[in-house]
Amino acid sequence: MEENYDVIVLGTGLTECILSGLLSVDGKKVLHIDRQQFYGGESASLTLSQVYNKFKPNKTAAESLGKDRDWCIDLIPKFLMANGELTNILVHTDVTRYIEFKQISGSFVYRDGRIAKVPSNEMEAIKSSLMGFFEKRRMKSFLEFITNYKEEEVGTHKGLDLDKNTMDEVYYKYGLEKGTKDFIGHAMALWPNDDYLREPARETYDRIILYLHSVARFGKSPYIYPLYGLGELPQGFARLSAIYGGTYMLDTPIEEVFYDDDGKFTGVRTKEGVAKAPIVIADPTYFPEKVKKVGQKVIRAICILNHPVPNTHDTDSAQIIIPQNQIGRKNDIYIAVVSHSHNVTAKNQYLAIISTVIETDRPHVELEPAFKLLGPTEDVLMGIAELYEPLEDGSNDHVYLSRSYDPSSHFETTTDDVKDLYRRVTGHDLVLKKRKTVEEEESLACE
Amino acid sequence: MADLVTQEPRFAQFKLVLLGESAVGKSSIVHRFVTDSFDDLRESTIGAAFLTQTIQLDERTTIKFEIWDTAGQERYKSLAPMYYRNANCALVAYDITQESSLDRAKSWIQELQKQASADIVVALVGNKLDLEAERKVSTKEAKEYADELGLIFKEISAKTGEGIKDVFHSIASKLPVEEKLNSATKRRRNIDLNRPSTNNQESCSC
Repeated sequence: MEENYDVIVLGTGLTECILSGLLSVDGKKVLHIDRQQFYGGESASLTLSQVYNKFKPNKTAAESLGKDRDWCIDLIPKFLMANGELTNILVHTDVTRYIEFKQISGSFVYRDGRIAKVPSNEMEAIKSSLMGFFEKRRMKSFLEFITNYKEEEVGTHKGLDLDKNTMDEVYYKYGLEKGTKDFIGHAMALWPNDDYLREPARETYDRIILYLHSVARFGKSPYIYPLYGLGELPQGFARLSAIYGGTYMLDTPIEEVFYDDDGKFTGVRTKEGVAKAPIVIADPTYFPEKVKKVGQKVIRAICILNHPVPNTHDTDSAQIIIPQNQIGRKNDIYIAVVSHSHNVTAKNQYLAIISTVIETDRPHVELEPAFKLLGPTEDVLMGIAELYEPLEDGSNDHVYLSRSYDPSSHFETTTDDVKDLYRRVTGHDLVLKKRKTVEEEESLACE
Repeated sequence: MADLVTQEPRFAQFKLVLLGESAVGKSSIVHRFVTDSFDDLRESTIGAAFLTQTIQLDERTTIKFEIWDTAGQERYKSLAPMYYRNANCALVAYDITQESSLDRAKSWIQELQKQASADIVVALVGNKLDLEAERKVSTKEAKEYADELGLIFKEISAKTGEGIKDVFHSIASKLPVEEKLNSATKRRRNIDLNRPSTNNQESCSC
């Protein structure tokens, strides 16, 4: 085994794999190691038997659930925003060559005890069952304000200053009801709690625009999802890295970490020998002494259904958001629904993965409102995860650590972490360059 | 109904994955096939997502191979499941001058049985036929193994080009072309992320 590298990366979660890919394309010599036998770490998609092994080791999956290999069950349920930053990175690095995507068919929100489609334009707002007659009109003018707003045209600002006025003030101007604010803030701007109401409206505006543009891109919902599950994403970026010279070692525990006299990272020992590099990037599980608890625990419940989720028009896939206020909580509950149409379950089976931040000492009871929406389940597998973040930024010891995957419903915070790590490691901001085309790479490879 | 269109030119694309121990000449085989050239000092990584090459199967049928290289990920047994995903055919190479490379080829074939779809077309090829004098693996041994499992078998030389075209033609002739052409019209419901945003995209009516 070659022993000198520019960067050693530990853990093949999505954050680490994106960084490996980007750094390899930059010309860095990368060694990427995972102690487990499969790609993805916490962001893997597992087969049915792997999931039972993890969450219910004494039980095997019912035979009625079909072939083990037909299942790709995400450990961390999230969707991509069609116009979001992860999509942008996928397109620029052309990892889209290896992964096929499909839309998530529906985006639903819970209001007053039932679920309804989130309106994504003025027309849908008028038709929506979420609001009464007059409220629909108020919602329509609010959406018109959002979509017509132009920075340089003061007339479109309607007397509001997005950097000064709070979001609550914007809502007030349009006279929106509490329940309407709930679905705008939580199901469109995708805020996990109500802190945003007292902040300047700018970021909420940006988030609503991301939502609306993402819906406009492919039509059904703002979300897209890879065929065969989210576990394809780390694999795709790992392949990008490998094509640009990255070395991959799975099933390889770290036996020892080396530091110099100043406490700076110098390398690791594995069963293959010693590998050296001036920098290590890793997920929190590889350096437990260098991370701290964020103070949030996430509960995730994988529900196996043999029917679509009721009241979603038999949709094959959906995001359902239960805003915290609607059920007297501090954090939203998310339900990600996927099925055979994304090649992640056996035929006629559905997966609904519920997640939220735990607020009490009876977390499974907190999920009750979500279970009620799903109807009968074939089985439910639950896990609780503690979230971690690095103690330091890595400049002292050259150990650059990622954060745990948060409970948010999409990848925008994950790409924030990628960019932050990229900046800490390289000293400059990530600027995405277009990768060479298939033809250019072919001709280079054939020279 | 099919009669009306029988004379139309047909075009089907298939994913082919390369497998085999490092240094058996996987990339050289592909380069001989794609560019009809050979480089003695070829470096071990290839630096492309995949290479493509078309062959004419019959008068009206063109087959395009999308050839996936391992990009070195096989070295520490770290090939991702993605690699095998939807592979229609596999070329598993060994080196006729290296006894152990046939054993490794056999274990890749087992891996294919586990990971790939059941109808994958597999070709076992013994490379470096130009080094006949140094042969360690007998034709008989490898052929018997291949026959038993119903695999395509050929001995080839990426260096001289011997047998290369034959192998790809044999693979092509076993591929389910009709099925692919039929499913291609049905399938394409996935989205194209590289397409710039448009506001009026009609959602699929599947």
